[in-house]
Amino acid sequence: MTTKFISIEGIAKRYPASSGNGATTIFEDLWLSMPSGEFGCIIGHSGCGKTTVLNILAGLDEPSEGTVIVDGQAISGTSLDRAVIFQSHALLPWLTVMGNIAYAVSSKWRKWDKAKVRAHAQTYIDKVGLTGSEHKRPSELSGGMKQRVGIARALSITPKIMLMDEPFSALDALTRGTLQDEVRRVTLETGQTTFMITHDVDEAMYLADKIFLMTNGPGAVLAEIVENPLPRDRSRIDLHKHPHYYALRNHIIDFLVTRSKTFTAATPHHDPRHVPVVRPAFPEAPTMPSLHSATR
Amino acid sequence: MIQSLRFRAAVVSIAIFLAFIGVWHLATRQTLSVGTMSPEYAKLMGLTATSGKSAMPGPLDVGAKLWEHLKRPFYDNGPNDKGLGIQLAYSIGRVGLGYLIAVIVAIPLGFLIGMSPLMNKALDPFIQVLKPISPLAWMPLALYTIKDSSLSAIFVIFICSVWPMLLNTAFGVAAVRKEWINVARTLEVGTFRRAFTVILPAAAPTILTGMRISIGIAWLVIVAAEMLVGGTGIGYFVWNEWNNLSITNVIIAILLIGIVGMLLDQILARFTRMVTFPE
Ligand SMILES: Nc1ncnc2c1ncn2[C@@H]1O[C@H](COP(=O)(O)OP(=O)(O)OP(=O)(O)O)[C@@H](O)[C@H]1O
Ligand SMILES: [Mg+2]
Repeated sequence: MTTKFISIEGIAKRYPASSGNGATTIFEDLWLSMPSGEFGCIIGHSGCGKTTVLNILAGLDEPSEGTVIVDGQAISGTSLDRAVIFQSHALLPWLTVMGNIAYAVSSKWRKWDKAKVRAHAQTYIDKVGLTGSEHKRPSELSGGMKQRVGIARALSITPKIMLMDEPFSALDALTRGTLQDEVRRVTLETGQTTFMITHDVDEAMYLADKIFLMTNGPGAVLAEIVENPLPRDRSRIDLHKHPHYYALRNHIIDFLVTRSKTFTAATPHHDPRHVPVVRPAFPEAPTMPSLHSATR
Repeated sequence: MIQSLRFRAAVVSIAIFLAFIGVWHLATRQTLSVGTMSPEYAKLMGLTATSGKSAMPGPLDVGAKLWEHLKRPFYDNGPNDKGLGIQLAYSIGRVGLGYLIAVIVAIPLGFLIGMSPLMNKALDPFIQVLKPISPLAWMPLALYTIKDSSLSAIFVIFICSVWPMLLNTAFGVAAVRKEWINVARTLEVGTFRRAFTVILPAAAPTILTGMRISIGIAWLVIVAAEMLVGGTGIGYFVWNEWNNLSITNVIIAILLIGIVGMLLDQILARFTRMVTFPE
């Protein structure tokens, strides 16, 4: 196995139960690791704890048990090495596009003068195709443009790890497609390790090297790690022409539709430390899927 | 369409104004019959009664007097006879000073309360008890301890404007969107820088709304406070002119109090708009 760049070691999250004493366990004994430069997607039904895992990884939330180790060190709190792209873009509405990105840049390089910060921010504005919109405020931007600013802000601090919480779920299909292309290009270019939450099976198949399948909560577990059998130089347009495409897609959808509910009961000896890794391939299921990518 | 609505509203406003002036004019022109009045009352009312004219001045009297005041707003003929400009300046000065001190106290304290749940809980009982006290109830205590009537008036302004600002600041700071705070956290922004670069701009509209409520209350209270402490100011002017039985001057003062109050409110409204950004 490759070295673990990110290693989530036996984390649990519990909230005090709303009905008096005791606690609700969202998940426990969760183990997950990723080598450097890998793109991981986590898929699971609403409420199973995906955002919680991502927030713990970001340092925004603390696990009730367990630790997260990044690059050989247990994390404590947030870090400029781990950038987050928020689902709701979370731009500061009183700052312009330039202001929002420059705020991140000047937070990372505090000694830089204004000109240097702006020049650096400008390169990332150009990178996400927002040249000419530098002086607009978030309220003057479309949803896709706002999310681009969020992406540029995260990229501009050149983090080692990118954490994305359903970054494209609020966008129309066309904009989503373009942004997926951009994210894939940038992550391949920079070699960043990326961890992303999505509800979109096709998105996961296009972007991810590994897809983590989570069962339904409460008491959610990481059921399976799916390795992406599609070639690394895949393109979004003819993804579905690949022989392994339907095998992979059906496997994931089958999990989401049926196995995510029954997994815990059906697999009593599931070892959370050694989650099975599967690699769906052509002969498995050549049939057309009956469901489209929406899994909510 | 908008333009025409605005135009029509202006026409209606002017019509209402003219109707009001007309009714006022007619109502005050009507003469009382001197004969039916008891001789003592007639003597008391002086010229008003003997010439058969209403004690209530008409719009023309008020207009003429107002013109007189506007021509010489800043004359000073001793303690009981100063121009309206001077009196207003005194009042605005007191309000400004008391309000400024309130801003200096309320905003940092509001930040503390908003950012620290401990301080929020610890200070809450004091605020709950102090807030509903009428600012004028502080006056005797202020006069006794400060021993200066003008400073006491400033203190009363301070105490009445501090609460809305304090509560709004605390609320605005506590209600800053979690994701904006999270942005600052992921960027490892320190507490101090975070307070100025994220919390302050995010809470600014709420803080300024509190400041706008405060300036309104302060302007309401200054008139009453100056009536009590006397000496100078528009409140004292009203009281003094009432003692002189110059209803004309009282009406002019009322009008000016309204206009200045409106201007103060508009200034704060403008500031509020300047710091409000839609998402
Ligand atoms: N502060 C809290 N107190 C109690 N329960 C909470 C709290 N925050 C989250 N939860 C619970 O934790 C569970 C996981 O939440 P989380 O936001 O991680 O879900 P998710 O998998 O991201 O869902 P979605 O796909 O809808 O975003 C949910 O069932 C939620 O009810
Ligand atoms: Mg979520």
